[in-house]
Amino acid sequence: MTIKYNNVYLNATGTVAGPYEQKGPLKNYYDGTYDDFYIDMDTFEQAESKMIEDSIDILLAKIGKTRFDIDLFLSGDLLNQIASSGYAASRLGIPFMGIYNACATSVEGLILGANMVEAKQIKNCICSASSHNNAAEKQFRYPVEYGGPKPKTATFTTTGGASAYLSSNKEGIKIESATVGTVVDLGIKDAYHMGAVMAPAAADTIMKHLRDTKREIGYYDLILTGDLGVYGRDILKDYMKTEYGMDLKNYNDTACMIYDREKQPVYAGGSGPACAPLVTYSYIISKMKKKEYGRVLLVATGALHSPTMVNQKLSIPAIAHAISLEVISE
Amino acid sequence: MEKSKYKDLVAKHTPKENRIYNGMVAFLIGGMMGVLGELLRQVYAYYLDIPTSEATMFMIITLIFIGCLFTCFGFFDKWVNFAKCGLIVPITGFAHAMMSAALEYRKEGLVTGIGANMFKLAGSVIIFGVVSAYTFGLIRLLLGGVA
Repeated sequence: MTIKYNNVYLNATGTVAGPYEQKGPLKNYYDGTYDDFYIDMDTFEQAESKMIEDSIDILLAKIGKTRFDIDLFLSGDLLNQIASSGYAASRLGIPFMGIYNACATSVEGLILGANMVEAKQIKNCICSASSHNNAAEKQFRYPVEYGGPKPKTATFTTTGGASAYLSSNKEGIKIESATVGTVVDLGIKDAYHMGAVMAPAAADTIMKHLRDTKREIGYYDLILTGDLGVYGRDILKDYMKTEYGMDLKNYNDTACMIYDREKQPVYAGGSGPACAPLVTYSYIISKMKKKEYGRVLLVATGALHSPTMVNQKLSIPAIAHAISLEVISE
Repeated sequence: MEKSKYKDLVAKHTPKENRIYNGMVAFLIGGMMGVLGELLRQVYAYYLDIPTSEATMFMIITLIFIGCLFTCFGFFDKWVNFAKCGLIVPITGFAHAMMSAALEYRKEGLVTGIGANMFKLAGSVIIFGVVSAYTFGLIRLLLGGVA
């Protein structure tokens, strides 16, 4: 399903990133970074919640508003019961809707917010997503200090929080259209190969978006998938070619951009709900403002991975949502 | 695309793990752990005059202590990541598994945190250790091999 927007703009963004992202290639683009995983908080989970708040504080300062001026706060993360978002919302006091689509949460939030702004139900909203490497490891895999060996296809959960401010004020980046993805499951059970899990979902959403909007793939200056990692990126390219006979042009993956894989111990690249928005809201948007990219299709991919279901021998379903961002024409 | 066809496509783009290299590293480091253990045992028996059977116990306690301590200092996970089964299979791996879980959940209370989660990884080692010890003990008894 593709939705067209006429009057929704992404006015400003706030991004904060953790110690590994701070050493990555995009280090100069984040609004703030942290030197350690605790950020002066007691636990990793509380630190993740703090990152959401910090990204929103930065965002509010940029647009010169207070939290009382915001109509709606949409946020999600990887923790059980999306706890980081809930606790951040509890301190912010903005009307809150918690959302979850794993690593596609950021774009899910943008779509929901854009719909309500377009329908004039709200004046503005803030859409956030966060993830924390150690909190995610603790929840989905082994204790952090255990450091269990991982295969090369594993990805490294990004630490950071990213927030975007949407309104109908014509400034910043235009949200042009969005495609809500369908859940795809091609039978991959390997929780250490999320790229393979999510690539078909990304392909499906990209195809549906192009079909619904009657566009060629070259229409976009950049197609950006969420967090497939290097192997997932190759799988997506091959899958698009064999399944749809289409060559992916002007394509990149945020998981491959956020870290320096040669120097950092991140296996196949980044992942987590914060990965796609951290790259997009900082690096990509700054490039768009400099007019280096005019049209960008962000396809955030999420593996709807549940350790319980994987232990029950079920395969992992995946989803991808696409949102088309455009530089405002004068 | 069919699931089986997709599986082949994924396999084409999935890198091979360096099994031989990993196995060699694990073999060498695991072997060194064995040498270290034997050395400790001999030292305890020879210099501290402890009976050999008890020296084994002291050796195990020493290795567990070192494993736990290094886990707490925060670098044992990096060693494990390199040596893999060379440090996971010996007693150090067991200590490391329990200690890392205890560290992870210490903020969630003594009972609900550390108590409930300390055996998260090590629990299955104990269960299957006991079950297999019992099974093999029974087999040995049935074969008439009672010591």
